[in-house]
Amino acid sequence: MADIKQLADKLKELDDLLTRCMRCGMCQAQCPVFARTGRETDVTRGKLALISGLGRKMLSDPEQVKERLERCLLCGTCQVNCPSGVQVSDIFLRARAIINGYLGLSRSEKIIFRSLLTHPGLMNRLVSFGALFQGLLSKEADSTIGTSCARFNVPLSKERHFKKLAAKPLHKQVKSLDSSTGSSGLRVAFFPGCITDKIFPETGLAALKIFKHHEVGVYMPEGQACCGIPALSAGDSKAFSSLVSMNVQLFSSTQWDYLITPCATCTSTIRNLWPEFHNGDLGMVRPEKVMDATQFLMDVLGVEPADIQENQKKIAYHDPCHLRNSLKITTQPRSIISAAKGNAVVELPGGPSCCGSGGSFNIKHYELSADIGRQKARDIAASGAQVAATACPACMLQLSDMLSKENISIPVKHVLEIYAQSL
Amino acid sequence: MSTQSLEKEFAKIAGQENVLTQEADLHAYSYDSAVLDQVRPGIVVRPADSESLGKVVRLCNEHGLKLTVRGAGTNLSGGTVPHPGGVVCLTTALDKILEINQDDLYAVVQPGVITAKFAAQVASKGLLYPPDPGSQAVSTLGGNVAENAGGLRALKYGVTKDYVMGIDFFDVSGNLVRTGARTVKCVTGYNLTGLMVASEGTLGVFEKIILKLVPPPKAIKSMMAEFDNVQAASETVSSIIAAKIVPATLEFMDNFTIKTVENFRGAGLNTEAAALLLIEVDGHPAQVEDDAAQIVDICNAHGAVKVRQAENEQERAAVWQARRDALPALARVRPTTVLEDATVPRSKIPAMMKALERIADEFKLTIGTFGHAGDGNLHPTILTDKRDVQEWERVHKAIDAIFDEALALGGTLSGEHGIGLAKAKYMHLEHGTAAIEYSRKLKEVMDPGNILNPGKILGTLLS
Repeated sequence: MADIKQLADKLKELDDLLTRCMRCGMCQAQCPVFARTGRETDVTRGKLALISGLGRKMLSDPEQVKERLERCLLCGTCQVNCPSGVQVSDIFLRARAIINGYLGLSRSEKIIFRSLLTHPGLMNRLVSFGALFQGLLSKEADSTIGTSCARFNVPLSKERHFKKLAAKPLHKQVKSLDSSTGSSGLRVAFFPGCITDKIFPETGLAALKIFKHHEVGVYMPEGQACCGIPALSAGDSKAFSSLVSMNVQLFSSTQWDYLITPCATCTSTIRNLWPEFHNGDLGMVRPEKVMDATQFLMDVLGVEPADIQENQKKIAYHDPCHLRNSLKITTQPRSIISAAKGNAVVELPGGPSCCGSGGSFNIKHYELSADIGRQKARDIAASGAQVAATACPACMLQLSDMLSKENISIPVKHVLEIYAQSL
Repeated sequence: MSTQSLEKEFAKIAGQENVLTQEADLHAYSYDSAVLDQVRPGIVVRPADSESLGKVVRLCNEHGLKLTVRGAGTNLSGGTVPHPGGVVCLTTALDKILEINQDDLYAVVQPGVITAKFAAQVASKGLLYPPDPGSQAVSTLGGNVAENAGGLRALKYGVTKDYVMGIDFFDVSGNLVRTGARTVKCVTGYNLTGLMVASEGTLGVFEKIILKLVPPPKAIKSMMAEFDNVQAASETVSSIIAAKIVPATLEFMDNFTIKTVENFRGAGLNTEAAALLLIEVDGHPAQVEDDAAQIVDICNAHGAVKVRQAENEQERAAVWQARRDALPALARVRPTTVLEDATVPRSKIPAMMKALERIADEFKLTIGTFGHAGDGNLHPTILTDKRDVQEWERVHKAIDAIFDEALALGGTLSGEHGIGLAKAKYMHLEHGTAAIEYSRKLKEVMDPGNILNPGKILGTLLS
């Protein structure tokens, strides 16, 4: 183990970013975790104080700091609303990398990030293998939402109502694509992302149908790797960088106009975090060319809301934090829903808020995550909607789990699916 | 008593999950929003009901443990910075609104209720709770009462103390003391409620607070007046009051703040203006029309360069956005932001503004000033970097000078932030030794072991 002084010196590099926090505590009004626990270490101000304290050697136990830093959804709501403009996400990701570099990754994290994520082929085979056997271990929970729960007491599944792995992931249904520019004059690189590929292939197929309808050429290479956010948020910058390099290589081998993803998290990771945290070259993948699918449809292709009809279907739209906070995209997904004839967006009572998923937060702190998510499910029910829609597959998993557990039988769909159905 | 056995005792009262002793947790309660050194407590406890709260107080007293009660920790004077190795008692779980009485216009709350949430609940019943401190989105009512928090509406509606009808509190032995009433009139006994307000946790621990509610105004009108000199703006403030108009809000921004806010938001403020007044009148629609027209005349008579009246809700929001932006915009200029709240009689604002300019020059510091001109409560905001040791020294000297000046002008040390640790050393300058001595005796009798938030308000004179 390295010297704790080295850890402090490394963290000192964050000092300029950290001193911007004037400790006003206004982040307490924004944080979904703090709203549940009322603990200072669960809110941004407290976490910044811990990082700063470790850097100033006022603290001696980095393990305790690591544990508390992990209790964050990285939803970015505090950052958007911070009076002093503290770059919270940057600080948290950097601090996690520094502290984990010092403490080392856990065994399971090493296996996941270093052996699995960075070997997409192996990962795909393992997932297919899992898909074969999952039926034996699970039983149906809600047929409308399509959720299952564990038949036996399985550690990770806990009391989750989960979406099963797709019988045929997207990469098995459409191995790869390399179509040329159609009448739109545009060609996009398509990055479905892990959850779309393995759990919601229908979202990926919807995107491809939309591209075809609008005559947009598609480049979707085989062997795409994860965008890297699980590794980065766990503080494994090495695995993150190798994932970025793999993807950059794939997507830089041919010309395209925009890189499109149907996943809010993937978009914000590729657009904001790749340039910020990857030391290597980004090739063709320049931030300004990376775009969320709904933004592409509205801002580039000019898709417009349809005329209002009678008896429109009510669709509750949940703003994924990575779209709302990191990319400031809120109108586009709503417009795309209303572009699908016969559908109308309804707003959730209390306004936009995090669903509590937060990627690995959901795995490490499931009860807290579910506590936040249950309220979201109740808000969706209260909105009177017949369908819950969002633009992030990770949110879709969480919404499915929460609605199913609350016995609110409303299907969860990606905005792209709703639009594709109307074509 | 060892920390471990103490932890067990607290766990028996509040539950193991509500007792924190790990280094990281303690570190997170070693500060509040004041720019002061961090002081780590020995244990943190978060009681979830009032019975446990009383037991925590009693236990602390029995073992001579120094007790600091903490809500949101947004205190700007160090009132919630704990005693070294002491106990921090969190009120964040005591967050229930127990009653909103629409017939008798009062509400009963636990101390941990968040101010803005309470105000919203009250508004949903068609009533108004006027105190609106800048931190209301996170601050707790217990903290507001303990610090006697102010706000933008204080000019017409008063500060927190004007809305406290009663407080049930635990004395240092853990006995529940009931004060005040749910009636508009109540003259029984000592005004213990009044004694508790602004006592900053040094005399008792709040269990329940009875707050007065009022009907909301039927009409509101906002305006923004630009001036090319500070003197004219200040005279306008006095003239408005002298004309027997009391606006709900009358706020001031100096040129540095205007420029910084414009740089931050780009909302079209006149960066050439020496000062801005942001004014809001409320009440009966006819009176509001009348008052607003008179205010425009008064502004013009004092040579206002321009007076803009908000014609709709959107324009009204724009006026207040400029004011809300003042602190965030200033906070981004330099790493450390020291926000003071020296308050002078409003006729002395021009003199105070001149003094602030002189102090900024003398100590080579950047000071942006905004605040509640209508009640003389200014917020000179020093923009600095506390890591620069020499500059930080000058900041301390400048703060001394600011308070010297405010007192010399017949003002006070704090309009709304409280005394806490930060200003305890100046107290005798404002109130004289007899007042300190009297307060000291009171504290000694009420809290013989000096466990209730020691060192606050009366400072070192106590120990």
